[in-house]
Amino acid sequence: MTLEITTARHDPALLDLPWSVPLEDWPESTLAALPRGISRHVVRFVRLGTRVIAIKEIKADLADREYAMLRNLRKLEIPSVEPFGVVHGRTDADGNPLDACLITRHLQFSLPYRALYSQSLRPDTAVRLMDALALLLVRLHLEGFWWGDVSLSNTLFRRDAGAFAAYLVDAETGELHSRLSNGQREHDLDIAQVNIAGELMDLDAGGFLEDQADPFEVAASIIERYHTLWDAVTGSERFEAGDRWRVEERIRKLNELGFDVDELSMSTDIGGTEIVITPKVVDAGHHSRRLLRLTGLDVGENQARRLLNDLDAYAAATDRQNDEEAIVAHDWLSNIYEPVTRAVPRELRSRLEPAEIFHEVLEHRWYMSERAGHDIPIFDALADYVATVLPAKPEEQAVLGVDTAEMPVISRID
Amino acid sequence: MATVTFDNATRQYPGNPKPSVDKLNIEIADGEFLVLVGPSGCGKSTSLRMLAGLEEVNGGRILIGDRDVTNLSPKDRDVAMVFQNYALYPHMSVADNMGFALKIAGVDKAEIRKRVEEAAKILDLTPYLDRKPKALSGGQRQRVAMGRAIVRSPQVFLMDEPLSNLDAKLRVQTRTQIASLQRRLGVTTVYVTHDQVEAMTMGDRVAVLKDGILQQCDSPRRMYDHPANVFVAGFIGSPAMNLMDVPVTDGGVDLHGHTVPVAREDLTNAGKHVTLGVRPEDLELSSDTSGIPVTVDVVEELGADAYIYGTAEQKLLEATGENAGDVPFIARVDGRRPPEKGEKIYLKPKPGHVHVFNAESGLRIGD
Repeated sequence: MTLEITTARHDPALLDLPWSVPLEDWPESTLAALPRGISRHVVRFVRLGTRVIAIKEIKADLADREYAMLRNLRKLEIPSVEPFGVVHGRTDADGNPLDACLITRHLQFSLPYRALYSQSLRPDTAVRLMDALALLLVRLHLEGFWWGDVSLSNTLFRRDAGAFAAYLVDAETGELHSRLSNGQREHDLDIAQVNIAGELMDLDAGGFLEDQADPFEVAASIIERYHTLWDAVTGSERFEAGDRWRVEERIRKLNELGFDVDELSMSTDIGGTEIVITPKVVDAGHHSRRLLRLTGLDVGENQARRLLNDLDAYAAATDRQNDEEAIVAHDWLSNIYEPVTRAVPRELRSRLEPAEIFHEVLEHRWYMSERAGHDIPIFDALADYVATVLPAKPEEQAVLGVDTAEMPVISRID
Repeated sequence: MATVTFDNATRQYPGNPKPSVDKLNIEIADGEFLVLVGPSGCGKSTSLRMLAGLEEVNGGRILIGDRDVTNLSPKDRDVAMVFQNYALYPHMSVADNMGFALKIAGVDKAEIRKRVEEAAKILDLTPYLDRKPKALSGGQRQRVAMGRAIVRSPQVFLMDEPLSNLDAKLRVQTRTQIASLQRRLGVTTVYVTHDQVEAMTMGDRVAVLKDGILQQCDSPRRMYDHPANVFVAGFIGSPAMNLMDVPVTDGGVDLHGHTVPVAREDLTNAGKHVTLGVRPEDLELSSDTSGIPVTVDVVEELGADAYIYGTAEQKLLEATGENAGDVPFIARVDGRRPPEKGEKIYLKPKPGHVHVFNAESGLRIGD
């Protein structure tokens, strides 16, 4: 057999990796981090030039399937890890065949849930993680994706203006349908509840769960959060024909939740006295798309919301509310956002993403202003933040480690 | 525990011209191990998911026991999908790993412990209940995962290609384990596979599907000996049954001068030719040049036996005047005196070991 590497982006350095060695036995010198925990499959993080890639050893057909699935999810703009390639035709030194490898790019500034729980946490972290996961699940289900293995282990979290954004990491069990049945959605929720309860109980048993939250309550909350969001996004609304403002109101509410409405169905009853509206096609990322259009900045949804608010404040403070929005946005970018994020010393830039730092500086300014009893200029707040707050933060650009604490149950028998 | 009934159950996806599962009728007995098998796209997984509540049922109904579950949500059906990527948690004891999900269902502590202990006894895990999964062997870990499904004591176990991730050797071991465990538990089980060998070795009964339509549901033995149609005849058995078109003559069918007797009444409506099926092991070498002429391409020697892979000439079909052409042919012969590659041999079916099918409908003729 010949080694066959299929990648979206060609990087000859891939050829230098020790493909003829079972992934489990790769020398430490090739690894970007030492493996932690036990995963269902062998997974390793490897430094490739300036980037870090994750390599998972699985059967060839499963590797191809998951690679194609991750590519589909990216096309659908679902937050997920970026597939990098598949390696086939591996053999060991004696010519025995080895399993294929699926390669994904490491998601910068992402945090496995275990890393979050090993830091000292704000008490509502568990709640914010559930919010992020519920949103991810709603987005997946809107696209017709049945996950089949919803869990904290199969998700990565990125800070998003004080909240979290969830990214799908493992699509091995997933299936893409044109539409999901209620049974399929409920089944995913069932799986989520059991897996999350198990994962949090395991953290508890390992002494990592300082948070006093009850694993079962936290796990159950995903269901409620999911349903609230799902109903808000897809539910029908009925009102009197005279109350047409409620159409605008519904769209505004969905925008606030971060969704754009691409298609809305409206129907009247026979007498024409009542109107029923149902959002048909909705797209997450309302704020991040708007910010991207105005400034070219590609950031998380909540970060975008925060930045847009600051942009509005900037327009008001400079008395330019009636100017072309894109021009004001450009000035805000070059006068405020870029100077602030560029002023962060190089050695501290791997602590947090630029947009998250900007968000934190805004928070910091708010607290400073409150203490001082008057407005503090943003560059003063920035100086104080960089001097007192940021250096105490952990490095989060590349938190690695096989994070699933799962064990193989079916892949090996003695 | 309960029976399961598919009653004209139909699933048609929006936009598809044909149903993916078309009026499926199967009655599964209490405690039975039923295997749904068929080629990719035959509707076997869809059928299982209809039973699980994951696919909407567009027509007909599904019953568990006497209860119509057609419109119930998955968790109200009292079924358990086994082997859904069960993870074991390293810091929790084996007992907690098996029982924690019951807590979500609101089962009290004493009852959880009782069920876990019962399951551990069946799975030979009793001495390990208070240990961590790390201390277990791979096989024991797998049994813990099975335990997670068992403690739920569902009415029905559902398994969708649970062995597809395993290599060939592990698949054989695990399939034996699953089958023997199911027999000890006596829980009604529906199992989906594309592998007919898996289906034949595990199931009390096997249901073969093709294009959404049930072809036959029978015990493995009956399925092998009495395939209901040409599709089942070709799908069940490895190597596959030989199938060829042959002319009908007085008192039977004609194989190049060798008459295979078939009851006259069975052939009344069959037309001028029929499809004849013979399993590779049901053939013997002819002493003369009557019988099916086969040119040997490959001889696979297995010691006691040898398999011959060759090409058979089909007889000119007098009815239509067209030559039906050559077909691939497989025969098992005595391993001590196998023919040689390139040789032309003549084969006859052993008396009573032929299957006759209507050439038009493909349905079995006679018993």
